Amino acid sequence: MQYQISSTFSSNPQSLFSLVDMAEVLRPEMLDISNDTSSLASSQELLHVLAVDDSMVDRKFIERLLRVSSCKVTVVDSATRALQYLGLDGENGSVGFEDLKINLIMTDYSMPGMTGYELLKKIKESSIFREIPVVIMSSENILPRIDRCLEEGAEDFLLKPVKLADVKRLRDSLMKAEERAFKNLMHKRELEANDIYSQLKRAKI
Amino acid sequence: MQRQVALIKQSLFDQGYLDEQFMELEELQDDANPNFVEEVSALYFKDSARLINNIDQALERGSFDFNRLDSYMHQFKGSSTSIGASKVKAECTKFREYCRAGNAEGCLRTFQQLKKEHSTLRKKLEHYFQLARQAGPKETARRPK
Repeated sequence: MQYQISSTFSSNPQSLFSLVDMAEVLRPEMLDISNDTSSLASSQELLHVLAVDDSMVDRKFIERLLRVSSCKVTVVDSATRALQYLGLDGENGSVGFEDLKINLIMTDYSMPGMTGYELLKKIKESSIFREIPVVIMSSENILPRIDRCLEEGAEDFLLKPVKLADVKRLRDSLMKAEERAFKNLMHKRELEANDIYSQLKRAKI
Repeated sequence: MQRQVALIKQSLFDQGYLDEQFMELEELQDDANPNFVEEVSALYFKDSARLINNIDQALERGSFDFNRLDSYMHQFKGSSTSIGASKVKAECTKFREYCRAGNAEGCLRTFQQLKKEHSTLRKKLEHYFQLARQAGPKETARRPK
């Protein structure tokens, strides 16, 4: 029998069930912490990628690459618009943007106005979004530029034209990271369940 | 008909008008998106027409703002690369070299050549896509042999 852990435990688990029900539910062998993470994709949302590029052609191209790789895509045409989308443009503060789920940002380096590098810096300065991996794309293979971006915390630096293989590699490594986070969360909940069960047993329910 | 389409495509590659990037674009086509390459191509020619216009105007003014010209050409080269427009891309590179050398004469000459290549490619691709549509959707999604 498989139990939905997330619906069973709230911040105050004792309130949801009678203690007898609780003891039954929490018997460790009743909890089927599935090791099958191939269900991850169906139980989790698709990876959501924010792509930033001032070139119409490149926007269409990167969008297609990402869709073919089973990602949800939002494309914007400038760093300024990217900041607006993330709520980092100073207009409303980050109020209301905490729920915005972005898994990856891919940005062109050379853009008029704000460059991809400057966008990278702004994202890394943000308490909400600094953990989001940022990938820089550039048509120019300039080593100091690459170094600068990586030093500023870029996840990766891709030479344009971006290949489908590049996108798939990024997606796979992100999925693995999400999988690890998911597994850690499930493990943590299993430990919590064990703990509560032991307590109830000691209380001789 | 389909064989004709395949031959035309092959010759575009053989003559250097298109490079592997065009094949990458074709790989992204599927039954749900059978016209992706044609759509990208249309977008490219619309965008590059605008750039050509801007550069024409800048050159006509006579004042050679090499930084601005180089900036236009950077965009032009970028989108030409993304679609696999090999010969156009080569002319873009040449133009940028002349910009950096501050060689106005070279820029003008190269730009004429670039416009020619651009126009030739557009005609060839329009012809190719038209035939491909007539031949049936499957042909465009396949790599050349």
